[in-house]
Amino acid sequence: MIAGLLTRLLQGLGVMLVVGLLAFAVSTKLGDPVNNMLGQNATIEEREAMRRELGLDQPFVVQYGRYLGRVLRGQLGVSYRLGVPVGELLAERLPASVELSGMAMLLTLVLGVPLGIYTAIRRGSLLSKVILGASLAGLSVPTFLTGLLLIFLFAVQLQWLPSSGRGEVVSIGPWTTGLLTGSGLRSLLLPSITLALFSLALLLRLVRGELLDVLHSDHVRFSRARGLPERAIHFRHGLRNALLPVVTVAALQLGNLLAFSVVTETVFQWPGMGLLFLQAVQFVDVPVISSYLLLAAVAFVLINLVVDLSYLVLDPRVRSTVGRS
Amino acid sequence: MRRLAGLVLLGALLAVGSAAAQTFRYASTGDLLTLDPHSADEALSNSFKNNVHEGLVRFNEKLEPEPALAVSWKNVDPVTWRFQLRREVTFHDGTPFTADDVVFSYNRQRSKNSVMASHVATIKSVRKIDDYTIEYVTVGPDPILLRNLTEHFIVSKKWCEQHATTEPVAGLKEETYATRHENGTGPFQVVERLPDTRTVLVPYPKWWDLPNKKYAITRAEFRPIANAATRLAALISGELELAYPVAPQDVARVEGQKGFRVIKKPELRVVYLGMDQWRDESLDMPGSKKNPFKDVRVRRALYQAIDVEAIRAKVMRGMAAPTGLTIPEGTEGYDAKLRERYPYDPAASRKLLAEAGYPDGFPVTFDCPNDRYINDEAICQSLVPMLARVGVKATLNSQTKSKHFDKILRKSNNNTSLFLLGFSPETADAMATFVPTMTMKGEGAGAWNAGRYSNPKVEELVDQIRVEMNQEKRRALMSEVLRIHKEDFGHLPLHEQLIIWGVRDGVEVTPDARDRVQLRFVKMRQ
Repeated sequence: MIAGLLTRLLQGLGVMLVVGLLAFAVSTKLGDPVNNMLGQNATIEEREAMRRELGLDQPFVVQYGRYLGRVLRGQLGVSYRLGVPVGELLAERLPASVELSGMAMLLTLVLGVPLGIYTAIRRGSLLSKVILGASLAGLSVPTFLTGLLLIFLFAVQLQWLPSSGRGEVVSIGPWTTGLLTGSGLRSLLLPSITLALFSLALLLRLVRGELLDVLHSDHVRFSRARGLPERAIHFRHGLRNALLPVVTVAALQLGNLLAFSVVTETVFQWPGMGLLFLQAVQFVDVPVISSYLLLAAVAFVLINLVVDLSYLVLDPRVRSTVGRS
Repeated sequence: MRRLAGLVLLGALLAVGSAAAQTFRYASTGDLLTLDPHSADEALSNSFKNNVHEGLVRFNEKLEPEPALAVSWKNVDPVTWRFQLRREVTFHDGTPFTADDVVFSYNRQRSKNSVMASHVATIKSVRKIDDYTIEYVTVGPDPILLRNLTEHFIVSKKWCEQHATTEPVAGLKEETYATRHENGTGPFQVVERLPDTRTVLVPYPKWWDLPNKKYAITRAEFRPIANAATRLAALISGELELAYPVAPQDVARVEGQKGFRVIKKPELRVVYLGMDQWRDESLDMPGSKKNPFKDVRVRRALYQAIDVEAIRAKVMRGMAAPTGLTIPEGTEGYDAKLRERYPYDPAASRKLLAEAGYPDGFPVTFDCPNDRYINDEAICQSLVPMLARVGVKATLNSQTKSKHFDKILRKSNNNTSLFLLGFSPETADAMATFVPTMTMKGEGAGAWNAGRYSNPKVEELVDQIRVEMNQEKRRALMSEVLRIHKEDFGHLPLHEQLIIWGVRDGVEVTPDARDRVQLRFVKMRQ
């Protein structure tokens, strides 16, 4: 058990190293940050001096070595764009992203699981067909388009909701929240729906598929033969067994929502980490880009670990194999 | 009596009306990087500075210098300028403004970590004569000192010392107190600053120019909205008074919307093509020992192959002003007589290419940015077939501005043969274009001269212009530079792009030709 956990952690460390290298390699290939930092009026000599100061005149290996050294000492560097330590910058933007992806996750679970169950049980009904058709759209229409359509409908035409931004926020210690103000909640609605649509459709279809599989398996047929009520068959014997893959995918979706809300945050000018990341890419803000990608990797490694642990609770078969090894 | 009562009532109503909040909300593509006027030299940050900070001199609406924190000045000798400072000016925290602040600001702006040093680079020293008199000594006679002083921002010595921000920050330094706080003397003061979310300003009640104020707003909110469609939606849904820039393809959408209009004005920027005139062998023709662009006939052939009218009408949807000059109208030194373009004439192009020894044309890589100027990539795409028509096989290489500038500028040894660039002389003086883009010798030369155009005659003239104090003579010299450069086909100008602002009715605002919103010129009707 503990050995298994340790192996997992070591694997996670390996992933982090690879991601770190890739993140750094990619961010140094985005162009020249110096021109963005100094502006039009800088002379050639001033540009050279800045390049030396940033260490950009060094070979790649030296630059990566320095970067790795800094990260291991817990220093993520200072943003080229804003002159703020990257750690602070990410901490400032974290609440907005967490609230957005948290709300999107909530929508995904609250709507995705029941709708999945419904479409599995009432397979032939008209409503099921409509839901499944809509879910196909949710999977295939790109996020920026959904976002713009929602803005057009609810902000421009109906003028019910604000088109962008986070509204008024309240500070609670280092955390800022928009959940406690009316304008904050109203602002959260459109972006969280936009962000949730894909994962909602995915989860819905997954729940349906898994449940259908299970409902066709022997133990369900046997339960029916025993004359158990449909309700018990669906929820006690069916759903429980269908949930395992659903938990994995839902958890990974949480990682996706958190790390890759870039498009949604840009469309809605949501001041979270995704918007920060996009601005960093445009500016070639290397410290922010590499730290953000590293952070995303940490999030995924941790989520995977939690998922693995949850299997122990959910599935007795897993428990027994881990116990034996 | 009743009439009088009516007037009083009306007066009271008007007073109430003008006291009611007039909040001017506006949005652009990004946020300012810092409130510190000496720590960023970037379009949006620059466009914001004049709202809270001032120099001894400022630009009026036509970009002509006028007194600001100085009331008058005179030349004691050709290199010594004596400025009388304005009395009774206070910084936003109430501290009085004196000569010490000017000396301090000069040193701060030219210090090692300042990115705004270029605007005070010609000033050798500063001397306080008394509390309200200072002297600047320039390196040589300096005809553009006053224009540069509009970008020489005065900060409070006491405040900076109190908050340990006596030096600006650039590069790997961490932010200081001045990054998120300001203490200028300008017409507006910042009351809230949430980076990447919003910046809120209110009029400074003790501004020295309040009796002549031209603004009529009680509050301003600036928001960055990166996505063009979202920005437009925010305007049309009534969340903004001004959104800029509006993409040319969205102009009809705004104009068709009741209660909104579009303001257009040529920007102080010319979009043009540059060619490598330095290498003996073109990067795209290895082994040939030839660089076609060294031959003026080839450069002229490319020029006459470009149907600039088609670009204006189709790619830019009319939102461009074609020009034959690389400096825009409104710049000191601009010569309207030279604006006319050589005619579009593909037949003449082909003939010129044949004469130059390229009857079948030649291959060239065409470097182009795709996120810097209005429709930049589309302009380049439309140029490729135009060049192909006369035999020049251009391979388009369009990429983000960070990669584009990385490739064409000196860092990569000007690794380009043909490129698109849009250049703005920010001080509205032609020298701001001549020196970095049309010369290779001397202070500050060549930083943006990616094709390394150099003509000894131009270099000589530019050296003369640098120190020529007689305005008429100076203009004549500048015209001469423009004429030579035009006949050299040193660059191939296309157009001045238009500033396009979407505005809600009832808001009066004049764009600064540098695409800056000057809050002191914004009026809102009740």
